[in-house]
Amino acid sequence: MLYVVITFLWASILLYLLLGGADYGAGIIELFTSRKNKEITRKTLYSAIGPIWEANHMWLIIAIVILFVGFPVIYSTMSVNMHIPLTIMLLGIIARGTAFTFRHYDAVVDDMQSIYNTIFAISSFITPLFLGIIAGSTVSGHIDPGATDFLSAYIFSWLHWFAITVGLFTVAICGFLASVYLIGESDNDHDRLRFAHKAQFFNIAAVVCGMLVFAASLYEHIPLIEWVFGNWVGRIAIISATLSLILMWYLLYHGKIGLLRPLAGFQVTMILLTTTYKHFPKIVLLKGGGYLSLMEHSGQEKTLEALGLALLIGSVFILPALFYLIYSFQKRPLEVH
Amino acid sequence: MNDFIAARSQMALSLGFHIIFSCIGMVMPFFMAVAHYYWIKTGEPVYKNVTKAWSKGVAIFFATGAVSGTVLSFELGLLWPGFMKHAGPIFGMPFSLEGTAFFIEAIALGFFLYGWDRFNKWFHWITGVVVGVSGLASGILVVAANAWMNSPAGFDYINGEYVNIDPIAAMFNAAWFSQALHMTIAAFVATGFAVAGVHAFMILKGRNILFHTKSFKIAATFGCVAALLQPLSGDISAKDVAVRQPAKLAAMEAHFKTEKSASLIIGGIPDEKNKKVDYAIKLPGFLSFLAHGDFKSEVTGLDKIPEENHPPVTITHFAFQIMVGTGMAMMLISAIYFFSHFKQKNWLKSDWLLKLFAIATPLGFIAVEAGWTVTEVGRQPWIIYNVMRTADAVTPMPGITYSFYLFTAVYVSLAVFVVFMLYRQIKMVGKLYDKY
Ligand code: HDD
Ligand code: HEM
Ligand code: HEM
Repeated sequence: MLYVVITFLWASILLYLLLGGADYGAGIIELFTSRKNKEITRKTLYSAIGPIWEANHMWLIIAIVILFVGFPVIYSTMSVNMHIPLTIMLLGIIARGTAFTFRHYDAVVDDMQSIYNTIFAISSFITPLFLGIIAGSTVSGHIDPGATDFLSAYIFSWLHWFAITVGLFTVAICGFLASVYLIGESDNDHDRLRFAHKAQFFNIAAVVCGMLVFAASLYEHIPLIEWVFGNWVGRIAIISATLSLILMWYLLYHGKIGLLRPLAGFQVTMILLTTTYKHFPKIVLLKGGGYLSLMEHSGQEKTLEALGLALLIGSVFILPALFYLIYSFQKRPLEVH
Repeated sequence: MNDFIAARSQMALSLGFHIIFSCIGMVMPFFMAVAHYYWIKTGEPVYKNVTKAWSKGVAIFFATGAVSGTVLSFELGLLWPGFMKHAGPIFGMPFSLEGTAFFIEAIALGFFLYGWDRFNKWFHWITGVVVGVSGLASGILVVAANAWMNSPAGFDYINGEYVNIDPIAAMFNAAWFSQALHMTIAAFVATGFAVAGVHAFMILKGRNILFHTKSFKIAATFGCVAALLQPLSGDISAKDVAVRQPAKLAAMEAHFKTEKSASLIIGGIPDEKNKKVDYAIKLPGFLSFLAHGDFKSEVTGLDKIPEENHPPVTITHFAFQIMVGTGMAMMLISAIYFFSHFKQKNWLKSDWLLKLFAIATPLGFIAVEAGWTVTEVGRQPWIIYNVMRTADAVTPMPGITYSFYLFTAVYVSLAVFVVFMLYRQIKMVGKLYDKY
């Protein structure tokens, strides 16, 4: 059952990165779009994700519940040492969720709209930035549960170059996912071209940020290169992701957009795979060589039994309904006026 | 304010905020389903308008409820890591099932909100009902988790270790049924009275009478049926608390001395130092009856409980009085409503009845907040009753006071925004829906 639970945990993180990520990305695109084109971005976005908006963000909750039920020590250690970035991320989630809803449901259209839009775009940037910072910190070896002074326990655990570059990389990935997603949702060539340019922009940004991540890892003595290139799984994943990227640009250039989304999804999956594979099952690497492991720091057998069963039963209900929802609105998209 | 008090206040604030949204998220879908049903059956456009107008309100509340809930699932760890480290694996079962319920709710809401004129009309109707049913299910599950904190079960606590964990037994702890029943009915009371009150107010102002009359009737019927049932379920809860948590019952009643034929105290100001209550009305024997169903039985007072385990008496007592007081008031209004419905139809058209409902708008939610204060403050100083102290669970991080100020500011502005948004929705009813 432990493996079932771990699989669900990994899958929810991946799905949150893909679906939630594309969703954040849409806000990030708004931030990088000229005023004139913002409106169309917003409409395309809304018709694309309106119906599945709530569902996209459920994956985060599932991941958190799995952590606190199945791996309570990991959850509570992270909660203590990552208190500040987690709080900032939560504020981002609050601001973004409410701004998104308000701008759509406000019955009166006036100046308030531009306030909602600004809040939405900024929080769309902040939230994945801090998600990335937290993710980066887990493997950076900066977390020190034994620390007693405030700065090293609660600040330097996350405020360092590696975490920040991972945060920026996450933001770029979100923008990239969203642009690719929106290419398929546009109904005319002009918009399609615009989103293709955006995809290109974020793709380059992701590559640049990726290099910064490697640079920071060298600077802070984090064996990232070892993890990524030191084993066959990593090498194959990176090579296939690169090949699929080339294929993607080829297809885009020739106006074939059908395969773009699966390819972008594939690339992000490969990135998550390479970065988690090598140090699995140690998901949090602590200062001084200690670690928190999914194997050694899991809950008792009976808890994992129950959790695994609940997840399996849950997915029997959820997955068909979710696919039907996506299918229904894919077939006949919303008309937003 | 020290960090410990700040952490408790932040938790209370977040939960007190979330509960409003979750009540509405649980109950409004049922109101909508009724209006929607009438629309499908009668084809009267006003019912379609009511359904649509309500569904916009629900979407706003749902999204706000979802973010405040997401915040809570992090806050449990951010504020109470010592608690979650041990409690997570034991009381996690309801949360893992709740994940499914949330997901279904979110999916069904997607179908319902965006499904007008797209799907078979009965399929569309059903998706609305599914939103309500899964909302209720998640409410019941999370209350079962809270009930576990009041009556821990499903583990053995030996030498500071939590062993022999059984998550299923933990979920079906001794308090889950009475709490879940009482909470579910409370959600209907609170939402019913709030919605009915707003529509009654709009009728009084003479706006869109047909629209608001139909809405009022649906909401008032739900609210009033629930308000009549609530004291019964409250009685079950009280009897249950008397057995499980005598300290909480004693605090609720400001009952300082153990005695037979104990009196029920109405009103009054507890004097915790001198262990007495000033200015109270006493009904001899009634507390014994309420707690154990027998006028003569003995009711444990705070004197039998070690001082360091006393909950704050004044807060708990006042909160309990407020809950029962508002509960009785709403029961009375409901009785009048049904009486006029069956015997005095002309009262239904009268201004005073509508005014009564308009005044009662916040009563249900006041009762909900008060009731949770009773439950949570009455459990102090324990976070897990008789097992772990709240003070031992709090995060070691200093500076929680600032976090509390920050979250207070956020929640206050959020509340202002939501009210502003609803005001704009209601203001637009005339433009959007009054073509008839
Ligand atoms: C509309 C809301 C509402 C109304 C009218 C009432 N209650 Fe209540 N009460 C709640 C809403 C509520 C609540 C917010 O839902 C609580 C908090 C925890 C829970 O399970 O329900 C609660 C808790 C609660 C508890 C504590 C349960 C525990 O700690 O396990 C008791 C003893 C009562 N109630 C008793 C009553 C009585 C005797 C009422 C008589 C009128 C009453 N309630 C009306
Ligand atoms: C008695 C207390 C509670 C009740 C009755 C309750 C009920 C609900 C309901 C009905 C919803 C659906 C949202 C809506 O329709 O607006 C919801 C959302 C949520 N609640 Fe609570 N809840 C309670 C406390 C908590 C606590 C303590 C947590 C966290 C540990 C929590 C976590 C969540 C989460 C994550 C969501 C968002 C999921 C969604 O979008 O549906 N809730 N809650
Ligand atoms: C939504 C309805 C709820 C409300 C309004 C509420 C209210 C409160 C209040 C007022 C406190 C502070 C008590 C004090 O410090 O004196 C508190 C504490 C707390 N509540 Fe609740 N509560 C609710 C439901 C829940 C649920 C469902 C859970 C968990 C499953 C929960 C978990 C906690 C925890 C962990 C604390 C902090 C520790 C403590 O003070 O004992 N609450 N809550």
